[in-house]
Amino acid sequence: MEKTSRFDWISTSLKASAVLIFLFIYLPMIVVVVYSFNGNAVNSFPVLTWSVKWYGVMMNDSALLASLKNSILVAVTGTIIGLFLGIPAAFVVDRFSFPGKTIFERIVLLPMILPGIITGVAMMSVFVMMRVQLSLTTILIGHGTFLIAVVMTQVYARLKRLDRAIEEASMDLGATRLKTFFYVTLPNIKTAVIGATLLSFTLSIDEIAVSYFLTGRELTLPVQIWAMLRRGITPEVNAISTLIFFFSVVMIVIVTRLNREVD
Amino acid sequence: MDYIIKIENVEKSFGNEHIVKGINLDIKPGEFLTVLGPSGCGKTTTLRLIAGFEDPDAGEIWIDGKSVSRIPPYKRDVNTVFQNYALFPHMTINENIAYGLKMKKVSKSERLARVIEALRLVQLESFGDRKPRQLSGGQQQRVAVARALINNPKVLLLDEPLGALDLKLRKQMQIELKHLQQKLEITFIYVTHDQEEALTISDRIAVMNKGVIEQVASPKEIYESPSTKFVADFIGDTNLFEIQISPTNETNVVNLFGTKVGGRIREPKSLTKQNYLSVRPERVKLLAHGEEAPYFLSGTVEEVIYVGSFIRTVVKLQQGQRIVAMMPSKGDHLCLPGDRVRVTWKEEDGIVIGQ
Repeated sequence: MEKTSRFDWISTSLKASAVLIFLFIYLPMIVVVVYSFNGNAVNSFPVLTWSVKWYGVMMNDSALLASLKNSILVAVTGTIIGLFLGIPAAFVVDRFSFPGKTIFERIVLLPMILPGIITGVAMMSVFVMMRVQLSLTTILIGHGTFLIAVVMTQVYARLKRLDRAIEEASMDLGATRLKTFFYVTLPNIKTAVIGATLLSFTLSIDEIAVSYFLTGRELTLPVQIWAMLRRGITPEVNAISTLIFFFSVVMIVIVTRLNREVD
Repeated sequence: MDYIIKIENVEKSFGNEHIVKGINLDIKPGEFLTVLGPSGCGKTTTLRLIAGFEDPDAGEIWIDGKSVSRIPPYKRDVNTVFQNYALFPHMTINENIAYGLKMKKVSKSERLARVIEALRLVQLESFGDRKPRQLSGGQQQRVAVARALINNPKVLLLDEPLGALDLKLRKQMQIELKHLQQKLEITFIYVTHDQEEALTISDRIAVMNKGVIEQVASPKEIYESPSTKFVADFIGDTNLFEIQISPTNETNVVNLFGTKVGGRIREPKSLTKQNYLSVRPERVKLLAHGEEAPYFLSGTVEEVIYVGSFIRTVVKLQQGQRIVAMMPSKGDHLCLPGDRVRVTWKEEDGIVIGQ
């Protein structure tokens, strides 16, 4: 009897801690989402009036909308750069052996591992030294450094699992190297490429540390929110945060699905 | 044209490893040729050189009279069945089989007709819309054959195509492949490490060892008169004894442990410094009491093993070496371990070979 009761105690406390950990992670987010529908201008609990007016305010905030536009511009261009440099890099690492290959593999990953603040400060110093005006372009270059690494790792991981014999079979059956790439290789790494695209886009949209140091006159969304917060937490920020949160969740779910599909 | 494929002094190294060391091979149109050898002997590399996946470091390969050095695989008139089939996982069986025709820009209607025909050939008519992973190993293997054959290649290259199948299915597929080859009259070059498989399906066998072709001959000749010690040892079981050859040797007599025994020299020029006498176990005869023989060796029975259709008897000779005899289990007299026996063989069954 004693044994069963002790067992129950352990399993209950495990379940409780799981719930607590979950709350610890998501409670702040839930608060933001709830407050975004708060009719009152002051964040107070309990919420007395419900409203979507902050979403309306957000839609009319030209500075916020401009920063959103900038962020999307940076994320789209950055993702394209990441794909165009990251995919060939993945192929090079997978297909060729050259002196210093291991070092190359590590160095390429560095911008992803390094704290954004270090990348940011380092790049800012270089741009200032070279007398380059900080602008959306400099932010874009900053994002490019880690987006290439993101694409490369995702695509490389897939290439490693790809049976090279199917490419040989394709050439054996009359396809040139180029046709083999489009008919056989690409379809088999397609989900990794799509996953890398979505992940890159999400990472770029959310990024603040690198952007903060490389921002000129035009702000990206996270930097804009950061600036707005300095004037106090407004319900408008809650609204935009809620939208970003749900957007990110959808993206992450799609990426996970795509990666799982192959296994 | 005598040869569909001619390989001349071809060499290939990977880094410091010399994998193919100058091989020569002529393959006749319509023949089933097997390249047989242990793993790492260079047989797969040889096949890849013919397919065009590797370029030879030296030497020349001709396909149908044309030198193919520097011609990429997609321009060669050969097709390959890969070891693990290498089917395209993202395509259906129909799409897999039609791939070669699509690359050749064959019209869609003709493609469809020929795919149906190819599926019928390998008895997979109802599987066209499935994906490769929904098929069993044996079925995938047939798809790989159909995908290669639909292009009407002059030569079909098969790289251990049955290696992943279980023994029973493998034996069945061996026969099917052989029949298919006879029906289509296409040249097959078949790579395997399985000597029994090679003997079963081939018109000719090229035995490879350490990057060199040691013998090219019909299965019967390979088994009955191997040209080197390696071939004798690798194909089937055999009793091998070191022997000395003197220049004044009488024909069909060799000196083994100081006794004159029967043995024919296969080819005088194939002899080397160190030579061997090879006698197949089923050609070794145990003499009954009082039975006469022109020559024999004496020994003691060490082991008698019943293996169904045969009885395997191991005899320890007076000189210390062992000789194995295989006799039909229906035989008249049975030995027991410890019995003193005399063993002999016919002159033509003792084969003298070089290193």
